[in-house]
Amino acid sequence: MAKRIIVDPVTRIEGHLRIDVEVENGQVSKAWSSGQMWRGIENILKDRDPRDAWAFTQRICGVCTTVHALASVRAVENALDLEVPLNAQYIRNIMVSAHALHDHIVHFYHLSALDWVDIVSALEADPKEASKLAESLSSWKLNSVHELTAVQNKLKSFVASGQLGIFANGYWGHKAMKLPPEVNLIAAAHYLQALEIQREANRIVTIMGGKSPHVQNLTVGGVTNSINLDSQAVMNMERLMFIKTLIEKMEDFVKNAYMVDVSIIGAFYLDWAGYGKGVTDYLSVPEMPLDTKGTEFALKGGYIAGGDLSTFKPITGFNDKYFIDGVKESSKHSWYHGEEALHPWDGETEPNYDDFNDEGQYSWIKSPTFNGKPAQVGPLANVLCLAAQGHESTLQHLNFVMDTVSAVSGTKIGVSALHSTIGRHAARAVRSGVLLDEMNKQWDLLVANIGSGDTDTFNQPVFPKGEIRGVGFHEAPRGVLSHWVVINDGKIKNYQAVVPSTWNAGPRNQDDVPGPYEASLMGNPIADPERPLEVLRTVHSFDPCIACAIHLMDTEHQEIVKVKAL
Amino acid sequence: MSVLVLGVGNILLTDEGIGVRTVESLLEKYQFSDDVEVVDGGTAGMELLEIIANKEHVILIDAVNTGAESGTIVTLVDEEVPALFRSRISPHQLGISDLLGVMAITGETPKHFTLFGVVPFSMATGVELTTEMLPLKDILVNNVVTKLEALGCVVTENKQVA
Repeated sequence: MAKRIIVDPVTRIEGHLRIDVEVENGQVSKAWSSGQMWRGIENILKDRDPRDAWAFTQRICGVCTTVHALASVRAVENALDLEVPLNAQYIRNIMVSAHALHDHIVHFYHLSALDWVDIVSALEADPKEASKLAESLSSWKLNSVHELTAVQNKLKSFVASGQLGIFANGYWGHKAMKLPPEVNLIAAAHYLQALEIQREANRIVTIMGGKSPHVQNLTVGGVTNSINLDSQAVMNMERLMFIKTLIEKMEDFVKNAYMVDVSIIGAFYLDWAGYGKGVTDYLSVPEMPLDTKGTEFALKGGYIAGGDLSTFKPITGFNDKYFIDGVKESSKHSWYHGEEALHPWDGETEPNYDDFNDEGQYSWIKSPTFNGKPAQVGPLANVLCLAAQGHESTLQHLNFVMDTVSAVSGTKIGVSALHSTIGRHAARAVRSGVLLDEMNKQWDLLVANIGSGDTDTFNQPVFPKGEIRGVGFHEAPRGVLSHWVVINDGKIKNYQAVVPSTWNAGPRNQDDVPGPYEASLMGNPIADPERPLEVLRTVHSFDPCIACAIHLMDTEHQEIVKVKAL
Repeated sequence: MSVLVLGVGNILLTDEGIGVRTVESLLEKYQFSDDVEVVDGGTAGMELLEIIANKEHVILIDAVNTGAESGTIVTLVDEEVPALFRSRISPHQLGISDLLGVMAITGETPKHFTLFGVVPFSMATGVELTTEMLPLKDILVNNVVTKLEALGCVVTENKQVA
C-alpha cells in the first residue's frame, strides 16, 4: 500500500517548505514540493526609492541576507546602466564569497552531515585507526590521535550527560547509516572544527560589510567603504592583511578537511550517486565581475541540457539576452491568479489560495522555467557549467574529489556520478575550493588597484523620468538568484525576486512537468517509513534554507507518525 | 561584565520586527558604556555565534507566542530562556536554538539570559509596527535600560533634537 510522507514547515523565517511523497514498495513513487507561505514581500517595495530596496530585500531571508542585498543593487544599476568602480566590484566579490563559504561550510557540517554521519557510532571508534586513515588522505593539522581522542571524550561526556544539544535529533543507528565508527569520528571532529572556521568566514563579511548579520556597505553605484591604505579608520592595509589571513585559514580547512570529508563520505555512500538525479538541465549565472560595466567575469555562467556538458551554452554578462529572455514563471500549480507563464518584469503576485490539490494548485512558490523547461540551480549547476568551459581551478578540485572517492571506494567514478544526491554535496565542496582560489585573486586585484592610486568606490546614480527596467543576478550559495525591477520616475513600479529555492523547489509547471526537488525524490529508497531519513538526504542536498518537520501520512492523508527533522 | 542586547525578528512582518525596532530605538535614544553591545540580529542564526558567545549576560528582545493575549509582555530569566527556544514558542527558534545548542558544545554559553518578549498583534506583511504595538516598544526600551542599569552598565540619554 502506498504511504504518504509529508515534510512540513516549522519555521517561517526562510519561507515554509512542505514536501509530500508517496512511497510504494520501499521507494518514492510520487512527490510534491510546496511553499507554504506567501508574504508578498515584493509588494512592500512598490513606490519606494530604488536605492533603498536592498536594505529591505536583505531581510527576506534569515540565511541569505547579503545575496539579496547584492542582487538588488545590481538590478537597479542594470536599469540605470550605471558602472560600478573596480574597487567596489572586488570588495563585493570578496565579501559575497566569504558569505558563500560560511554558508557552504555550515550547510555541509551543521545542517546536513548528520544525515550521513552517526555521532553515537563515533564513540566506538579507535582514535588511532581514525587518525591513520585521516592522515593518509590529507595534511590537515587537526587529525592527530590526540585531537581525535579529545573529541571522542567530549562526545562521550555529552552522551553520558544526556545533553546532546545540536546532536539530539539525529537518526542514530538508522539502517541507512553506513560509515565505519572511525569515519564517523573524523567527521565529528571536523564538525566541531568547522564551528570555528565558519566564524572566520563571517569575520570577513563583518569587516567589509561594516556590520553583521546585515551588511551596511552596499549602495546602488558601488560600496560605502572608504579606502585609504594609511588611515586607521577605513579600509587600510592592516585590515586587508587580516582578511588575507582569514582567507588562508579557510583555504586550509576547505582543501584539507571539507573536500576530503565529502570524498570519504561519498565513497562509503556511492549508492547515493544513483539516487536524486532529478532535473539535469542546469542553469548558472556569471559571477565576480572584473570590469566596471559587468561584461567580464571570473566565473562565467551558462546552461547545460540533459546533463550533457557538450551542450553548454554560455551566459556572458549582466545584459545577456539569452538569460534575460529565457526566464519565465508559471503559476498553474501555485496559489495565484493567472495560469500563463509570465516574464518577471511582467510578473503578477495576486494570491488565490485554495487547498492542497495534488493535481491542481498546491504551492505558494511559482514554477520558474528557462526557455519553457525547469532547470536545476545551485553549486552542482555552477560547477558543471565551469567544468564544461574548462575552468582550471574547478577541474583541479573536481578531479581531486573524484580521485579521492575512487581511491577510497576502489571504484573508478566519473562526472556522471555528480548527477545525484551525493553529487550535489561534492559539487558544493568543489565550489568552495574554487571560491577560495578566486577570493585570493580578487584580493590581489583589489590591493593592486588601490596601489595604482584608484580609491573610487561609488558612482552616483541618477534616475531619469519615465520607465526603465533592470535585472540583477548573483550566483548565490543555493544557485541562480535574480531580482527584476521596473522603475518609473525614480520610484519602484514592479519588483520580482526569483530565488534559487524557487527554481529548485517549484511545483509542477505550466506543462505539468515536476520541479527539481520533486523529480529528484523519485525512486529514492525508504528503508524505514517511521524514520524517512532518505527524503531528508535528497532534499537537504539542495541546501534548502528551511528546517522541516516530517509527518508520515497514509494514503487517506491521515497523520500516523510525526517525526521532527533537522 | 560584557552585556549583549540582541533584538531579533523580521522587520518585513510588522510586529514580528519588535525586537529589531526596539534595538533601533535604543540606539537612537541612548549611548552605552563600552561593556554593552546593542545588536540588530534580524532573523540570522549562526552568524550571531561570534557576537553571542561567552557574554556574561544576554538580553534578548523578541516577538513570542505564548498563547497569551496580544500585547502581553513576557519576561524570562536565565535557564527559562533556552527552555523557551527549545519548546519553540518563538518564531526564531531555529537560529537561536541552534546557537544555544552549539554553545553548549563549545562551552561558550553566556552566563545569564534575560528575555523581554511580547505577543504580536499582527504578523502580516509590512514594515511598520501596528499602532497597538508602538507604545509597547517604549516599555521594552525602558525595561532594557532598567535592566542594564541594574547590571551596573552606564546608559546615557542622547540630547533631544528639537
